[in-house]
Amino acid sequence: MVRSTSSQFKSNVKEALANEQLQHALKSIKTGFVAKRKIASERLEEFEELRDQARDIKTHTIAHMDVYLEIYQQNVEASGGHVHWAANEDEARAIILEICQQADAKTVTKGKSMIGEEIGINEYLEVNDIVPIETDLGEYIIQLRGEMPSHIIAPAVHVTKEQVAEAFKKTHTDLAPDRSLEDPDDLLSEARAMLRDKFIEADVGLTGANFLIAETGTSVIVTNEGNGDLTQTLPKVHIALASIEKIVPTLEDVTTLLRVLARSATGQEMSSYTTFSTGPRREADLDGPAEYHVVILDNGRTDLLAGDFSEMLRCIRCGACLNHCPVYNAVGGHAYGWVYPGPMGAVLTPGLMGLDEASHLPQASTLCGKCEEVCPVRIPLPALLRRWRDQVFERDLTDWKTKWGLKWWAMFAKRPALYHFLVGMKMQVVAKFAGKKGHFKSIMLMSGWTDSRNFPAPQGKTFQALWKERNK
Amino acid sequence: MSSRESILGKIGAALNEAGEKETRYAAAAARIATPPKNLIPNRAQVPPDDQVQMFRDWAEEVSATTDRIENMDDLPAALTTYLSSQNLPSEVKSSEDPLLENVDWSQQPTLTRNCGIAEETDQVGLAVAFAGVAETGTLVLHAAPENPTTLNFLPETHVVVLPRSRVTGDYEATWKRLRDERNSNMPRVVNWITGPSRTGDIEQKIQLGIHGPRRLHIIIVDDV
Amino acid sequence: MPNSSPKASFSSGSKVGLFVTCLVDLMRPSVGFASVKLLEDAGCQIFVPESQTCCGQPAYNAGDTKDAKDIARLIVDAFEEFEYVVAPSGSCAGMIKEHYPKLFADDLEMTPRVFNLAKKTYELTSFLIDVMNIQDLDVSLDQKVTYHDSCAGLRELGVKDQPRQLLAQVEGLIIEEYEEAETCCGFGGTFCVKYSDISDHMVGKSIDALSETDAEVVLGGDLGCLMNIQGKLSRLKDEGKESNLKVRHVAEVLAGMTDTAPIGEANG
Repeated sequence: MVRSTSSQFKSNVKEALANEQLQHALKSIKTGFVAKRKIASERLEEFEELRDQARDIKTHTIAHMDVYLEIYQQNVEASGGHVHWAANEDEARAIILEICQQADAKTVTKGKSMIGEEIGINEYLEVNDIVPIETDLGEYIIQLRGEMPSHIIAPAVHVTKEQVAEAFKKTHTDLAPDRSLEDPDDLLSEARAMLRDKFIEADVGLTGANFLIAETGTSVIVTNEGNGDLTQTLPKVHIALASIEKIVPTLEDVTTLLRVLARSATGQEMSSYTTFSTGPRREADLDGPAEYHVVILDNGRTDLLAGDFSEMLRCIRCGACLNHCPVYNAVGGHAYGWVYPGPMGAVLTPGLMGLDEASHLPQASTLCGKCEEVCPVRIPLPALLRRWRDQVFERDLTDWKTKWGLKWWAMFAKRPALYHFLVGMKMQVVAKFAGKKGHFKSIMLMSGWTDSRNFPAPQGKTFQALWKERNK
Repeated sequence: MSSRESILGKIGAALNEAGEKETRYAAAAARIATPPKNLIPNRAQVPPDDQVQMFRDWAEEVSATTDRIENMDDLPAALTTYLSSQNLPSEVKSSEDPLLENVDWSQQPTLTRNCGIAEETDQVGLAVAFAGVAETGTLVLHAAPENPTTLNFLPETHVVVLPRSRVTGDYEATWKRLRDERNSNMPRVVNWITGPSRTGDIEQKIQLGIHGPRRLHIIIVDDV
Repeated sequence: MPNSSPKASFSSGSKVGLFVTCLVDLMRPSVGFASVKLLEDAGCQIFVPESQTCCGQPAYNAGDTKDAKDIARLIVDAFEEFEYVVAPSGSCAGMIKEHYPKLFADDLEMTPRVFNLAKKTYELTSFLIDVMNIQDLDVSLDQKVTYHDSCAGLRELGVKDQPRQLLAQVEGLIIEEYEEAETCCGFGGTFCVKYSDISDHMVGKSIDALSETDAEVVLGGDLGCLMNIQGKLSRLKDEGKESNLKVRHVAEVLAGMTDTAPIGEANG
């Protein structure tokens, strides 16, 4: 599996909370994505109904996934494209490398692809002497910084503009070292200029796919920058990398999903560029790739389908659950340790990486339900997190403190008479210990709470004891 | 077993509990043969004139500029005016769409129109839209020998001619037209374009023109 | 009626089983008595089954379904005989209403029983408005308050307007909403101890937002969240950050029982 630090979630969290630049950068999510989604969702009166329909379309598609994929393949091939099936990341990487080598590729431009991150394609191409160039501005920034994305639609959301300037000065060494990069427009112009030549020089363009349309054998990318279009139009070979659950039946179905995607993601009515690609350059076309390949990846998703997590396959990767998650907003994406952060990542990662590696993720949630409230395809994320928790418990991956705490508590909770007998006496004593302050500054075995918070003292006798007295 | 078989087999095994593959296939084929009419927002279900106005409003909200001319004869002058207003050279790389081919370009002798794919040096791309969707101010263009895709993305300025009659309320109407006109033969590329290129990747501040066009100018032609 | 003590009074209205919740029972009985007063004033006859302890949420949320079911069975046994079950907590009411049915989805014997119980279980403010249609609380309090919407009540049960409708009936009281009222405070049951760093960061943000208002008291319907918020406020005060914000359960205000010290403070 691709480098992961999910198992070190707790220490990742400590670092993230102490990282002032990260904390500053994360503040933009509330005023940006969250505020804009709210406006967009309120502006379209049918938004909630469209979410229901988007959910139903995905549910229908998942329930017919094998046949839609087969129909899709037939239609890709009918339009002159090629479909490759990859059971896991090794196969996907090998397929991509082979296509690149066949094309004698020196450089590969890349549109943003989370699956590309999932299979670690950049590192793999590099060791095979092919230079991958990220062209989405956010991906470009983190590629220069040698990082993983921290957000599925805004990969560099954790980076401040000063840090972008620093990365550019370090990398673009041909330019005057004393040039000003204070203004974001300077950064934009420099990135545009640097990447322009790369688009034109590249031998292969590798993009992801937001959707695959069975009806027409079409792959769809949704971008704002236009980088995906240059990536897939200019080189002689276009490879679209997609996972099995990207499939949708028809143009009408994808249209409904598009109506909720951008609104949920960035709060846009529609992204700047939505591009439907069907096969390679046609006879008499003046531009477009001569070869068109689609790599369809499983990498653990069929296990999700067969298990209790098929609803997760509805996900259209809008990022709304990240943007609205108080835990994500506190720690950012890198703390989750792998490619997919936030609530969707906390469900997906244990499925794709294994629960041993990722057992913290489904547990590190208050189950507040905000993610489900905003999910465009209404994935019951808290319920799915609970399902992983069931497995964490069943497989005895629960940490010992929690486990023993629970055991003791459950033992009393199941014996009401014993429980009331014990607590009925104890609480009064506990209350006395708090004295005049009305709270405790530290409590043994509760340091998680009392390290940073006082603990309110009980009032005295329990309700049950008082109720009995009252009704004597 | 090939990966294809193993993936499809695993999906099939998970789905077979609910029913047989033949049944699934029939349902899928039926949906594709007659795509279900999903919910279309009311927003753009208004008279054609209002749709044109709505198209302009939404397009301008996402930083496109719009102009409206009476007929194609007015295009060279409108284009010249726009280019000079932006301090751009009077030179465009153009699609060979019949609508453009039939224009008398000689009426603006200072304006140079070359056809073909866009090159790195081209500053302005000129194309004709297949449709304009009022719902969100979205242009629909598609690739064809006379409509190279690079025109839409490589030049810094993208000028798109949109016949008024091609403005529709919703995206679905454009799919219907595409299917009808092309006998369900999907073009190699269909581009939905909603405003110029933008990014929010630096501290979520919206900036225009990162890779695609910095400017998108739409000229609506009333009478084509 | 085994295991329950009918209140010796003349009220003869709806028979309501009060699910006290373990936190109210242990930490703040005044919330329980405030609930009793509100329900009795509404004409209900209150029963408090002795065999109740906890709703089982800690086990359920930790994936320990066996213990969660064992505890849930006790609650079902204790409460299914009443016309209504009311809890001064959106989280515990949500557990019974939303999660018991899921917990016993494969249990043919329990399914009808948990559905029956779920149907008649209510969070306190929701019960007072949605079932009892309380329009004229006879109580007054000259204070500016703000309200924290606890997640389970808000999102599982749709408790949002009900507490505000009731507070609007309190003479002299002014509600000033705060911006993050619907954002989780970071309590989350065992989460607050297990992932205490994140929890602390979250409650810190809640308090930043609370500090933006002129409210003198923050009210809420769930004791866990309120203890979390108060615990942080109190620690910040120890560290020199001045704040006079008090924390109370909404039931105490609605019942006019604000003579007890606010959460985390001592009487007298």
